[in-house]
Amino acid sequence: MKLFRIRGGVHPKGRKHLSEDKPIANLPLPELLHVPLQQHIGAPAVAVVKKGDAVKKGQVIAVAQGTISAPVHAPTSGTVNGLGRYTAPHPSGLPGRTITIRTDGRDAWTDDLPAPMEPFTSSPQAIAQRVKDAGIVGMGGATFPSAVKLNLGDRYDLHTLIINGAECEPYLTCDDRLMREHPADVATGVRIMARALEVKRTIIAIEANKPDAIRRMRQAVKDLDGVQVVEVPTRYPMGSEKHLTQTLLGLETPARGLTAEIGAVVHNAATAFAVYEAVVKGRPLISRVVTISGEAVTNPANLRVPIGTPVAQLLEYAGGLKTEPERLLLGGPMMGQPLADLKVPVVKGTNGVLALSGLEAATKSVKASCIRCASCVDACPCGLVPLDMAAAIRKEEMEIATQSGLMDCVGCGSCAYVCPSNIPLVQYFNYAKGRITYLQRAEHKQKETKRLAELRTERMERIAAAKREAMAKRKAEQARKKAEKAAKNQHQEKATV
Amino acid sequence: MISAIVSLALLGLGLGVMLGFAAKYLKVEAGALVQEIEAMLPGSQCGQCGFPGCGPAAEAVANGQAQVTMCPPGGRTLAQALADMLGVSADLSGMEEQAPQVAFINEQLCIGCTKCFKRCPTDALVGANRQIHVVIKDACTGCGKCVDVCPTESILLRDVPVTLETWYWPKPPEPFDEIRLAS
Amino acid sequence: MTTSPPIIGGPFLKQSPSVSHIMLVVMLALTPATLYGLYQFGWPAVYLFFVTVGSALLAETAWLKMAGRPVWPALHDGSALLTGWLLAMTLPPWAPWWIGVLGSLIAIWLGKQVFGGLGQNLFNPAMVARVVLLISFPVHMTAFVVPTPFMDLNAPGPIESLAVTFDYGVGPSIDALSSASVLGHIKTEVGRGAEWTAAFSSTFEMRGFVFGAVPGSLGETSGLLLILGGLLLLGARIITWHIPVSMLAAIAVLAGVMNAVDPLTYPSATVHLLSGATLLGAFFIATDLVTSPVSPLGKIVFGAGCGILVYVIRTWAGYPEGVAFAVLLMNAATPLIDRYIKPRVYGRTRRGEPLVPEEAVK
Repeated sequence: MKLFRIRGGVHPKGRKHLSEDKPIANLPLPELLHVPLQQHIGAPAVAVVKKGDAVKKGQVIAVAQGTISAPVHAPTSGTVNGLGRYTAPHPSGLPGRTITIRTDGRDAWTDDLPAPMEPFTSSPQAIAQRVKDAGIVGMGGATFPSAVKLNLGDRYDLHTLIINGAECEPYLTCDDRLMREHPADVATGVRIMARALEVKRTIIAIEANKPDAIRRMRQAVKDLDGVQVVEVPTRYPMGSEKHLTQTLLGLETPARGLTAEIGAVVHNAATAFAVYEAVVKGRPLISRVVTISGEAVTNPANLRVPIGTPVAQLLEYAGGLKTEPERLLLGGPMMGQPLADLKVPVVKGTNGVLALSGLEAATKSVKASCIRCASCVDACPCGLVPLDMAAAIRKEEMEIATQSGLMDCVGCGSCAYVCPSNIPLVQYFNYAKGRITYLQRAEHKQKETKRLAELRTERMERIAAAKREAMAKRKAEQARKKAEKAAKNQHQEKATV
Repeated sequence: MISAIVSLALLGLGLGVMLGFAAKYLKVEAGALVQEIEAMLPGSQCGQCGFPGCGPAAEAVANGQAQVTMCPPGGRTLAQALADMLGVSADLSGMEEQAPQVAFINEQLCIGCTKCFKRCPTDALVGANRQIHVVIKDACTGCGKCVDVCPTESILLRDVPVTLETWYWPKPPEPFDEIRLAS
Repeated sequence: MTTSPPIIGGPFLKQSPSVSHIMLVVMLALTPATLYGLYQFGWPAVYLFFVTVGSALLAETAWLKMAGRPVWPALHDGSALLTGWLLAMTLPPWAPWWIGVLGSLIAIWLGKQVFGGLGQNLFNPAMVARVVLLISFPVHMTAFVVPTPFMDLNAPGPIESLAVTFDYGVGPSIDALSSASVLGHIKTEVGRGAEWTAAFSSTFEMRGFVFGAVPGSLGETSGLLLILGGLLLLGARIITWHIPVSMLAAIAVLAGVMNAVDPLTYPSATVHLLSGATLLGAFFIATDLVTSPVSPLGKIVFGAGCGILVYVIRTWAGYPEGVAFAVLLMNAATPLIDRYIKPRVYGRTRRGEPLVPEEAVK
């Protein structure tokens, strides 16, 4: 198949050899699970259990709120220990709403599990509904509710489903292992999604550094019509939705738009597996495969982890740390987030836990001034000029940064990766994106304040006016009474006279 | 000699006429300017600037009687915007970006006197006589008027807590600061 | 927003080259041509080279000390060393010591630090210095000598050479060895109405330009070694092909056309490409990262502009050589080029409007 070139990109050391030959192992059940209510983009789920409730594996413990949301299920059986705030898997290390479950070790499934569906005869609507009910979100890390993306056929003319098996982040091997160990199940999931989207063509894209996965997936789909496995070049950020689409179809997604606008929908390979589980077995998304890797980890591994398991448990299973890590990360080394705390739970979008040694991680070399070498311009897959954007943000000129394309930035980090001056370009962009939202909120609040203040002033004036009127009325009344009295007195006087 | 005098005189005359026309036709209406400034101010009539409200404050800024940095709730952003609009340079170094604040009522101390919510410019306090009052955080601007009138000192201003929704990445430190810190 | 220790953002992997690494590779690429130049022009050239580079480092240190900025990180990046080096390459090899010192001061202070240091300067510091020197001391800056390699009988020894560089006593007479550079010679002769070929072949051999045995500045004479250095820079991905290729192409095309129009007055493209600072300029000076545009197309425009200006200045202006002027003029245009020539943003047209999908929307 003819592939198309994307602009820029970088070639970081893959270092997948650390864990790519480790079969997926089941992590033993931990004692406590901390299941956050916000594991997806959109509105957080609303808890439907309370402290002390007994829950069974697969039972709904929080329901979706609105369209862009996802329900949360109990990853195992046990009792609800509490509903509270717990450190979220987020760079800030701030707490978020979380349901804590004390596991009972029986791992008993709930009786209310939905019945398995016939995958290839069910209606697209039924499939999308099932995916929604199973709480499936994009498992590549973006965590966008998958059902919403399966419904895009209502609004767009879709022709291609792309399965993203690129896994372009260094170190991560969870999708690789999943495709190698469960090729048939992934393929079934892919077919179900193709059916839900009603597309004729499906492309499973896998980077060239995963030959075994390519071979096994080819084997799994060889008898299927309209499904092909395509080897894409190993180049970061190949796994970016828009760039993968461009590589395969040669079409660019319009700025700020969806790939559906050019007729393609992209889903992750792990999401396909979750869809298979939900539709064919009726099981919700309650566990996922996570790669534990990095030179500081004693035994790198790929683990099937119940959602809500603290990261510390994963590291413990992997034999702990053999050296003091320079960096602890959630996700890949390019777009992952620093780990605030080891008690942070694994969520639906967690694809890796990395402990990088000082030799691997970007060492804290001193930042120098920008020398305008333009490496970042050459590396940017989006055609931006990162050095200009960062310079504008440094001066707080958010408008200029926005005009230079800040919102077109996908945050892949290629620019900062190549920067010889070690300028934290991505952090500048993240800061600016957050700052702009903050300023918009502040402006909105100011408008609202003004409205409230005006309403109040108006009301105060009205009250004052009413008071004056009442006062005047009373005065007039008194005057009248006085006059009457006077008149009466006069009359009596007259009479007496 | 004569030609020099004549040409300079003509030049002066011409420029004078042009200036006159400019003053007449390009005149900025004082009222319009005041209105424009008032639109930029927070509008909570909090009085922290020392003027009775945002309208008088805007007038003072337009007349040059008040600095563009006079508005604490507007902060650095507003001062910069005002300075840009009026074309004046302002010393913003003293204006640290203030974290937004909201009022907080200590329920143990509140006696339900209703003084605070009578003063609140945005109706952000609710309650009734002899009942504990409550702050509506979304409407509170942190102006502090209620703090001044509370007879039991039960109202405090607190920083708006940072949540997962409002947190954003901090700005990277300047390269030279970092070198200084390291050395 | 937070009170916790600073959170460091990703990515957490890093490609190895640092700023010092880049500067180091550029210096490595300059080394063959420099060594050869030092060999060709003997001890005075060696002294001048070290005086220039040394004073560049001192100038940088002095400025940083005065500005109260940390000295080591700035010196460590190697940019001052490289600036001094490049400046020395463009000086007449037997120039007196104070030319080198003054040049370094101008380059580092006026050319770089007043703008705010590395990365902030608008103009190439070495070229700023060269142009100031050329205008202020035209005699010293055009006093070229015939190459007298170390084993040459006419070559001054290390002691005698001190007299040349440090400008005292009776050194070897510079006049005996003095010579015009090829471009200067041709310009003078053509100005007198002679044919350029006659002027050229009476004094020079084409072979000399390739190997560098011609009068000229310290580091600009050996075309072959400069090309070698340029290829090294390209191979190490320090520079891209855009600026050198477009600059050389512009000069070659212009020279070729003019030579075809009037073969007697206008020297051939080969002479233009191999003489003067053309190659040094195309590979090492115009490609200065700080002062050239960032987008590929912008680089082509910049390079072509340099090439055109070099030819125009050499041919029709008062000076026989124009690389320094051309580069400075195009440096001034760099912000403008960067403003108007940007890469196309993904999903947008060149004008910044979102692309319109042809199909798909129901």
